[in-house]
Amino acid sequence: MKDQIDYLKVRAALGKITRREFMGRMGALGVSAALANTMLADAVRAAGPQKGGTLRVAIQGGSSSDSLDPALAANSVATQVNRFWGEALVELAPGGGIQGKVAESFESSPDATVWTFKLRPGITFSNGQNVTAEDVVATIERHSGEETKSGALGLLRNIKDVRADGDSVVIELDGPNADLPYYMADYHLMIQPNGGKDDPTAAIGTGPYILKDVEMGVRFVAEKNPNYWGDLGNAETIELLVINDNTARVAALQSGQVDMIDRVPPRTAGLVARAPGVNVHTTSGPGHYVFIMHCNTAPFDNNDVRLALKHGINRQEMVDKILFGYGSVGNDTPINASYPLYTELEQRTYDPDKAKFHLDKSGFDGSILLRTSDNSFPGAPDAAALFQQSLSSAGIDLEIKREPNDGYWSEVWNAQPFCTSYWGGRPTQDQMFTTAYLSTADWNDTRFNNEQFDQLLVAARAELDEGKRKQMYADMGTILHNEGGLICPMFNDFIDATSDRIAGWEQGEKGFGLMNFYAPMKMWVAA
Amino acid sequence: MPLLVKLLVQRIALGLLLLFLVSILIFVGTIILPGDVAQSILGQSATPEALANLRAELGVNDPPVARYFAWLGGVLTGDLGTALTSGLDIAESLGSRLSNTLFLAFWAAIIAVPLAIFLGLLAVRYRERWPDKLISAVTLASISVPEFLIGYVLMFFIGVKLRLFPSTAVSFRPDASLGDKLEAIALPIAVLTLVVLAHMMRMTRAAILNVMQSAYIETAELKGLSMFTIIWKHAFPNSIAPIVNVVMLNLAYLVVGVVVVEVVFVYPGMGQYLVDHVSKRDVPVVQACGMVFAAVYIGLNMVADIVSILSNPRLRHPK
Repeated sequence: MKDQIDYLKVRAALGKITRREFMGRMGALGVSAALANTMLADAVRAAGPQKGGTLRVAIQGGSSSDSLDPALAANSVATQVNRFWGEALVELAPGGGIQGKVAESFESSPDATVWTFKLRPGITFSNGQNVTAEDVVATIERHSGEETKSGALGLLRNIKDVRADGDSVVIELDGPNADLPYYMADYHLMIQPNGGKDDPTAAIGTGPYILKDVEMGVRFVAEKNPNYWGDLGNAETIELLVINDNTARVAALQSGQVDMIDRVPPRTAGLVARAPGVNVHTTSGPGHYVFIMHCNTAPFDNNDVRLALKHGINRQEMVDKILFGYGSVGNDTPINASYPLYTELEQRTYDPDKAKFHLDKSGFDGSILLRTSDNSFPGAPDAAALFQQSLSSAGIDLEIKREPNDGYWSEVWNAQPFCTSYWGGRPTQDQMFTTAYLSTADWNDTRFNNEQFDQLLVAARAELDEGKRKQMYADMGTILHNEGGLICPMFNDFIDATSDRIAGWEQGEKGFGLMNFYAPMKMWVAA
Repeated sequence: MPLLVKLLVQRIALGLLLLFLVSILIFVGTIILPGDVAQSILGQSATPEALANLRAELGVNDPPVARYFAWLGGVLTGDLGTALTSGLDIAESLGSRLSNTLFLAFWAAIIAVPLAIFLGLLAVRYRERWPDKLISAVTLASISVPEFLIGYVLMFFIGVKLRLFPSTAVSFRPDASLGDKLEAIALPIAVLTLVVLAHMMRMTRAAILNVMQSAYIETAELKGLSMFTIIWKHAFPNSIAPIVNVVMLNLAYLVVGVVVVEVVFVYPGMGQYLVDHVSKRDVPVVQACGMVFAAVYIGLNMVADIVSILSNPRLRHPK
């Protein structure tokens, strides 16, 4: 029987028999449908990537008011489109670490203040121009200059000087930073001819595809770049559709209009997975849903109030009821196992007695106002209500104020002392801490000001010994865990789904969902 | 016909005045909304420097009154300006979006209007009997359910389960053949038809029933004319005015009220375009869309007024 199964697997993988036929014959051999499905997927993967065909993707987040300028990319669609036509110097490697893209290799001076990126020889932009070190320098200048509006500005602020040196680019920092390559992998930093200074929205880059048809917020068509230097990209054409409505996106996948979608709503992910011909993929990532307190505003300036609230939240309940199990509990730091150099801290659990103890100790007596809105994270008002209930068993009175979605990010988040929010996470701990927990950070949304934390963060950047560095991050994590203004109950998984028409999903890639937005290029049309 | 000319001139002048007032309202509305365009473009990841740079570049630091008159000056010379967010020419983007919306509205109207009037006539013919009750029940039920829910239900049964028509309009291409285009928007048309049907059908029924009480209808009945001939030849022409009114109102709705349907079915029309730019506080685009919507509304209502005046001799020859 094994011979028969193997024979059928090969036939199916080569496309000699249809999926329906394969499933039917497997059933006749007494193989369960679920197992046969897995076997088919394995067989297809084993047969290797197929080139050609059209792969259709529908994702959320685009708008007709978007721009093609990579500096302004601020949503999933823009990130995905950047990946089609452009490349940064380097990129996160699928299993962790950094791999070269426009740069072939890179090295730093022993103190990690001067970095040299050697460009990949002989690669060209999609307009035929050769990629020069000057183009790279101009790109970094455009994203870090005084006049810039780039979303990557915060990352590039400690660059002192960028210069071309033959076929290399030398970046000099005003202080050591062992993580600079991770910064250079940012999705805004697509290398463009003359840095995009002449025409930022031209979408000319070194990426594996070339944009053929662009309708902002509606549809993008990308065709294989015949001169691409690497072997990334299987489908001949990728059609990217913007479908912001959750139900419509799932329906488009189920009815076979598209092959791949992102952000399946957790509430319905179980149902979607049961539909025939649909595979749901969950990937744990660094994204987290949070309640943030301003450490410098009463009553949250009292650490006992902060600890009372941290002990009064039921993390597992939130994962079960808000994420429907598609996530993991947080531990009041923004860091989880998806980060390199992660150290596990003792897990804080729901303990109304301890919450009450800390509240009594603080001497605070009154109700606490929490602001929330639908768009601060999916299910935020529900999560706030759960928090209210778990706190009430500790005798703490939480008042919830529902704010409008419009203007939440400008009027409430990073402005009001206690609100719900989310973070997408960053590739390294240094980046996450620098973005939001350093006392001078632009987005220090918890108004956290801890001298020891700041010193450790700066020192860790210069520390090239991994063991010592890991310990420093663990110490920083402990400080945040015990004194920070962040209540982090849960880390949310990315939930994506693909149809049986395509194959090649790789589980557990680092970065964003959809295999860090490489799934459209790495997967292939199988049927 | 000097009366008609006078009427037209009067109405158009009034319409223009209304448009002007609407433009002020929209502008004030976008200013009252919290957040600004720079904040919306850069989102949660905005830094103060990036915000300041972007605001300066977009020219939104000028006082609101100056910005409004700059915009008004542009519009009066036929220049709608460029979108703050994407930098694209508004007239161009708006043109293709508007033609998509009109295409959808046109086909929905082609099906919905005759169907509604026919069903209305049918309901009158079989008044208080089962066809009347069935028609009323079904159309009232369909108008009572929110549009997005009808959309989801059709999407699930017709798109996903039966696979008769595409579940979303993403395959719609303006340059495709008419057949392909209609296939892509079959479900949105169905939803829109269901939504506007009841209003027009009920109004047709009520208007004709009203006329049916008149003495001349009784005369017609006594002459021995068939029921349908009476309704069609005698009752219908005299109830044109209210029917045209409600038809125009619904046509206007098909153009300006399709936001939800466009978003649900991912149809690249004006509604989706407007929603995207309202959320980004892109004032010039919101203004332009608002003007177009207001013009459609005012224009169709004007047509309704004029038709009802012309169809009624008492209004045509006022004392």
